[in-house]
Amino acid sequence: MNWQDLQVAAPEIIVLLMACGLLILDLFVSEQRRGLIHLVSLLILALAAIITLRGIPAIDAVTPVMAFGDTYVRDSMGDLLKVFAYLLMAMMLIYSRHYLRQFDMYRSEYYALALFALLGAMVLISAASMITIYLGLELMSLSLYAMVALKRDDKVATEAAMKYFILGSMASGMLLYGMSMIYGATGSLQIHEISQAIANQGSDNMILLLGLVFTVVALAFKFGLVPFHMWVPDVYQGAPAPVTLFISSVPKLAAFAMTIRLLQDSLGGLHGDWQGMLLMVGVLSIALGNLAALAQSNIKRMLAYSTIAHMGFVMLGLLSGTPEGYGASMFYVITYALMSAGAFGVVIFMSSKGIEADNLDDYKGLNQRNPWFAAMFALLLLSLAGVPVLVGFFAKWLVLQAVVNVGMTWLALVAVIFSVIGAFYYLRVIKLMYFDKADIETPISAPSDFRAVLTGNALLVLVLGIFSGPLIAACMAAF
Amino acid sequence: MLIQEIIFYAFSIIMIVAATLVISVRNPVYSVLYLILTFFSAAALWILLGAEFLAIILVLVYVGAVMVLFLFVLMMLNVDLSRVNEGFVKNLPLGLLVAAIMLAEILVVLWYKGRTGIEDFPIPEPLSADYSNTAEIGQRLFTQYLWPFELAGIVLLVAIVAAIALTMRKREGVKTQSIPKQVQADKRDRVKLIDMPVEGVEDK
Amino acid sequence: MDMILEFAWLLIRIVLFTFLPLILLVAYYTYAERRVLGAMQSRIGPNRVGPIGLFQPFADVIKLLLKEIILPANANRFLFFIAPVLAIGPAFAVWAVVPMGEGMVWANLDAGVIYILAVGSIGVYGIILAGWASNSKYALLGAMRAAAQMVSYEIALGFSLVGVLVLAGSLNLSAIVHAQAGGMADWYWLPLLPLFIIFIISGLAETNRAPFDVAEGESEIVAGFHVEYSGATFAVFFLAEYANMILIAALTAIFFFGGWLSPFEGWTFLGDSWLREPSIFWMLGKLAFFMFNFLWFRATFPRYRYDQIMRLGWKVFIPICMVWVLVAAVMVFTGLVVRGA
Repeated sequence: MNWQDLQVAAPEIIVLLMACGLLILDLFVSEQRRGLIHLVSLLILALAAIITLRGIPAIDAVTPVMAFGDTYVRDSMGDLLKVFAYLLMAMMLIYSRHYLRQFDMYRSEYYALALFALLGAMVLISAASMITIYLGLELMSLSLYAMVALKRDDKVATEAAMKYFILGSMASGMLLYGMSMIYGATGSLQIHEISQAIANQGSDNMILLLGLVFTVVALAFKFGLVPFHMWVPDVYQGAPAPVTLFISSVPKLAAFAMTIRLLQDSLGGLHGDWQGMLLMVGVLSIALGNLAALAQSNIKRMLAYSTIAHMGFVMLGLLSGTPEGYGASMFYVITYALMSAGAFGVVIFMSSKGIEADNLDDYKGLNQRNPWFAAMFALLLLSLAGVPVLVGFFAKWLVLQAVVNVGMTWLALVAVIFSVIGAFYYLRVIKLMYFDKADIETPISAPSDFRAVLTGNALLVLVLGIFSGPLIAACMAAF
Repeated sequence: MLIQEIIFYAFSIIMIVAATLVISVRNPVYSVLYLILTFFSAAALWILLGAEFLAIILVLVYVGAVMVLFLFVLMMLNVDLSRVNEGFVKNLPLGLLVAAIMLAEILVVLWYKGRTGIEDFPIPEPLSADYSNTAEIGQRLFTQYLWPFELAGIVLLVAIVAAIALTMRKREGVKTQSIPKQVQADKRDRVKLIDMPVEGVEDK
Repeated sequence: MDMILEFAWLLIRIVLFTFLPLILLVAYYTYAERRVLGAMQSRIGPNRVGPIGLFQPFADVIKLLLKEIILPANANRFLFFIAPVLAIGPAFAVWAVVPMGEGMVWANLDAGVIYILAVGSIGVYGIILAGWASNSKYALLGAMRAAAQMVSYEIALGFSLVGVLVLAGSLNLSAIVHAQAGGMADWYWLPLLPLFIIFIISGLAETNRAPFDVAEGESEIVAGFHVEYSGATFAVFFLAEYANMILIAALTAIFFFGGWLSPFEGWTFLGDSWLREPSIFWMLGKLAFFMFNFLWFRATFPRYRYDQIMRLGWKVFIPICMVWVLVAAVMVFTGLVVRGA
């Protein structure tokens, strides 16, 4: 370790130190002045964003920089994902304050755990060694399990946390099993050394292939892809709405980075083998996610199945194995996280006085109760459905283009058919909002920062759709 | 060399048998005890590999601390296994079918590739006489693996924060002892010495 | 064939130089305990068997061995009988790495300190299983108390050794003794005074001795985990407890009092006297002193309440240890204490 290592890993180190400082600060802050913790958390995110964007002073090249004995890597893909992770996390914190107050969960542990989860995601995004990947994943997951269970008098939330914990641990076990086999076959834990070893000895090694299978299973678990999706609807439904928002956004960015590091950077030589596996889980996810979402009456469950379908799309870009495909997938996962954050933001917005508005019927006649946010929600849902001009459309477009370019036109067709079917359930919510009569007529209100961020979130979907060029270029440049 | 092989096979067999018994015995306390035996055998195998530090740490952490807490909880809870095992026989055929399919898939993969890749690696050289596993691990942990090492510490910190956040609550109307108050208690507040004449004894 | 002979010879030596002396020491430790407690409580203590009662331990041993071993109804037979073995095994196995003098150690292990903590922590199984297998309420209560207490104090015990490791720079017990060379002021009790006190108190708690003997707590739960044991099985628990006490005394001497080093090492005016030379007698003298301490504490302090024991371990000792480990690191960093090896 030397001074440069610390500089390279500065974003992680800052988040870690500040999160620990937050825990200590909590001791000296009275319950009435919890707002300070909230502000400090946002400050930490801003600081981390500045440091990440500033790059590494000593080195001005954009090439990947390794640190800490080659267990940490800083590259443009990581930096881009991290900046969006800060943004999503900041939105989540602002959304959740309103919710936490109403549900009597306004405690600083929530903030500390969220920051540690973010740290885990950052570590995972910047991992250059199997050990770091595993530790980052555990750090992130452990914080998330606790956050789901934080509403501890709620039976459904506890059950969701239990399911999440047990299935998540199993996935981690699978990952470790796969990693140990890969280590056995290649003799290294370092990502670039593994890829070197595969290039040297060829990819016809059965231990390596078994390791790959276990790794892909673990990745599918973490993404929540069919047939390893069983935890997703239960956890999304049971967790407090802001935590669901968090689970559906930041960890997806981290899971994407993990997939790139594992499948492309280290096991790239086995592309022929993992392409088929991703194809299976991807197509199944798109099909089952869209079909099952049609049958849901709970909006959080519906959005959970929609997540499954969207992650299937992310797989399509990844399986193409081209830089163009990876860039498309990255664009997809970032924009999906933004849209999903907005959608769950509306769910939080609707919840009040200890009751979550998670039934579809709760959204009846939203237009009469609050026309502006009904419009915002409609915008987000249309973008999730992939209606042109909105960003969701471009994400789907890029992914499908990448698939067609590697000669899998039939796959693109299947994906399009299922997303057309899927558009139905998004439109159903819009119908409920605009054409049905509200059961309760009371207007809905939220603090001004909440409304501002939610509006910004929804408009971002529109703006990024119209001016999608720079973000697409940045995503493409990362590979 | 012979004695090493005997030790290796002896402990390997013990380990496999014990691990099987962990999941097959009916009494959960026996399960835990067999798990301890499994850990011990693993530690013995590690010592055979010259990794004495890891072996001792395995015993210290898992046998000495984790499994004690397992036993502790088991004895407190008095788990009723007949309820846990309900539906085992009913679901057994389906489970076996899935397992068989998985096994077949794995075998197909193995047969299709058919190369373990072990021939790519040279046989490791025997350790030199002054090799110290403890010193080597200490060196590596604080240089090459510093970043993962610190991360592991953070994972533990999160576990502590999560455990406290999930379990600590202040209930209304619960009577507890205040230790600082107890410690500050002074004998002058509690005991009063009074001069009084003793009955039945005459003054001298 | 040669190997078997060699193995047998090693076994004989271990029995001769460690087992027999240890068992004899335990026997006379019990005698000493009764005499010392007697003296402190203005009584005489055992004085009937042999001259001034010196044969009393043998009488006790014969009595215990001849008594019937009773198996309680519905007790778990296998675990009931294996529990004492699990208690005594680690109590003896730990001695493999404890040096009594220069080179007087069976295994000069590099990870010696960790080995002691690891093997020592296994002893708790004997107690837990004894309590559970007895099928008795009091035994189970005692076992639970003992297990929680031992697991908690292991942390304080281990942490207080971290300070020693920081100063000595080694996990090897002989190396730790060598690192303390120079005289009484160079022994680690001085720079690590808080850790030394914590080690002694945690040692008491680890061995379930007064004032931390809630696991036996004769006034509340009769005799705790070994309430159902009788005869030879009881004797084995007894042996294990006293062997552990002797071990803690020996470890205190090694970690904080320079082991077999002479306290007068730095006194050059003594000339080439044997007083300045390191020898096993210094070790035995220190051992006797710390063994006496155990008895002294028992005669002096009233028993702790259970929640107070837990509070002391977790909320007082562990934080102090953490702080002092840092202080020790600063001492090494600034050169106040020269790091060994």
